[in-house]
Amino acid sequence: MTYPIEKIRADFPILNEKIRNKPLVYLDNAASCQKPQAVIDSIVKLYSHDYANVHRGVHTLSVRSTDLFEAAREKVKTFINAQSEKEIIFVRSATDAINLIAQTYGKANIHAGDEIIITAMEHHSNIVPWQMLCEEKGAILKVAPMNMAGELLMPEFEALLNSKTKLISVVHMSNALGTINPVEKIIELAHARNIPVLLDGAQAIPHTPVDVQKLDCDFYVFSGHKLYAPTGVGVLYGKQALLEAMPPYQGGGDMIRTVTFEKSTYAGLPHKFEAGTPSIAEVIGLGAAIDYLNTIGMDKIAAHEAELLAYATQEALKIDGLKIIGEAKEKGAILSFTLGKIHPHDIGTMLDSLGIAIRAGHHCAMPVMDFYKVPATARASFAMYNTKAEIDVLISGVKNLIEMFG
Amino acid sequence: MFEDLRDLYQEVIFDHNRNPRNFYVMENYDRMVEGFNPLCGDRLTLFLKMDGNTITDASFQGSGCAISTASVSLMTEIIKGKTQAEAEDLFHTFHKITTGKSEDLQLEAVGKLAVLAGVREYPARVKCATLAWHTLDAALKNEQTSISTE
Repeated sequence: MTYPIEKIRADFPILNEKIRNKPLVYLDNAASCQKPQAVIDSIVKLYSHDYANVHRGVHTLSVRSTDLFEAAREKVKTFINAQSEKEIIFVRSATDAINLIAQTYGKANIHAGDEIIITAMEHHSNIVPWQMLCEEKGAILKVAPMNMAGELLMPEFEALLNSKTKLISVVHMSNALGTINPVEKIIELAHARNIPVLLDGAQAIPHTPVDVQKLDCDFYVFSGHKLYAPTGVGVLYGKQALLEAMPPYQGGGDMIRTVTFEKSTYAGLPHKFEAGTPSIAEVIGLGAAIDYLNTIGMDKIAAHEAELLAYATQEALKIDGLKIIGEAKEKGAILSFTLGKIHPHDIGTMLDSLGIAIRAGHHCAMPVMDFYKVPATARASFAMYNTKAEIDVLISGVKNLIEMFG
Repeated sequence: MFEDLRDLYQEVIFDHNRNPRNFYVMENYDRMVEGFNPLCGDRLTLFLKMDGNTITDASFQGSGCAISTASVSLMTEIIKGKTQAEAEDLFHTFHKITTGKSEDLQLEAVGKLAVLAGVREYPARVKCATLAWHTLDAALKNEQTSISTE
């Protein structure tokens, strides 16, 4: 079956927008994806017909909302092939999920002199929470290096593993470079030494099928808004035994079994980690996004995006003076580039005047910019609804702006 | 192709971006301040030579986008010979033309700097144009050795 690109584009109402009187070419998907009508409708329907707080009342609306909310958990479970819905914790974002692990698993298991390993291509969200924990505990953060193509150096990574290593936290797919890390190999090496592995899947999840049991990762985190779902919802997957053993994160309603002024007992999984009223509509919207993606198929989306990336790379390489930042062999649909002395912010403003949305900046990965000795890059990132014709608009815009800067 | 951008990217801006004026490390400076815009990575170092309250010379180093480079280049030209009070007045007027509403623009009061008035239509780029001036402000007040727009 051919990829139903026309139908998909019709499903995303924002793609009809005109930006500065030009058709929108949205290539900032690595920052956040647009939402299909099905997701928008799910939120409108909830607030129009079914909304109340969850896990509380006996009244009809509370039951309806709770059912929809827990059905979304079931959808996430199936989507990433977790063993149990108890392993799916709803949080605010991928960042929130990493902080949760640092503040619970980290605080309980990482002590003075212990080591945590990350890589040279991490997003700030997979650097700073560990720095904070290491500072508090007197632990040490080790950074596995990469080569100029943006590929992790595996022998150097392996050499970092030792008896003091207590956690490895690695980005599945880099948001600044597009690199897809050899996570199966990383997990194999780590597990041979009984070291748990956290995968930051914020960027990978919309681009590739993810099977947490097959990967055998210990934690997997992602945010909803990069998966065509609303902002304000993220997912923490953890193996049940690990989650059971972890102390709670925040205290409050929903996460308790009993409360007295002397002592409280905590709820079981997954509620132990979900204090307070959650992002109800956003979680339900995430469920709707997963239903929508399942109608297309993640493998088909991945194939479509691989084709877009290959075409964009081929056309970009024809442009004199364009340098691609991130040329890993295994790479997702991200094209980060520089144009000599033309600053990425000028590139961003100029392309915006043509209706093209790209990201210009350090992509919350300042150490990556330092590595390549650039202050910033321009980044075009592709999603399920992008087309080769849109890449042609981008390439022609880039050629013309180079001419204008002279 | 970029007709809509003619107000923002005027030829003067391209000229100063290609050939920035007063682009060197000053020896024997009286004031030196670094300006940094962490959002886009623009970074500049401003050097001033003072005679009492008068700026007798100005130069800069650093890298940034065309708007920020042109802005600092134009600024170093225009502030030479100005007193501290005159330079601060110019900063306030410049701030108004880059952030204010178009009806009360005082373009004639800022001379050549008027080419940067186009940024007021691009809120995300205002900081690019004003970084140089915030750095100058810090240098004149002699308070800090580095400033950040965030």
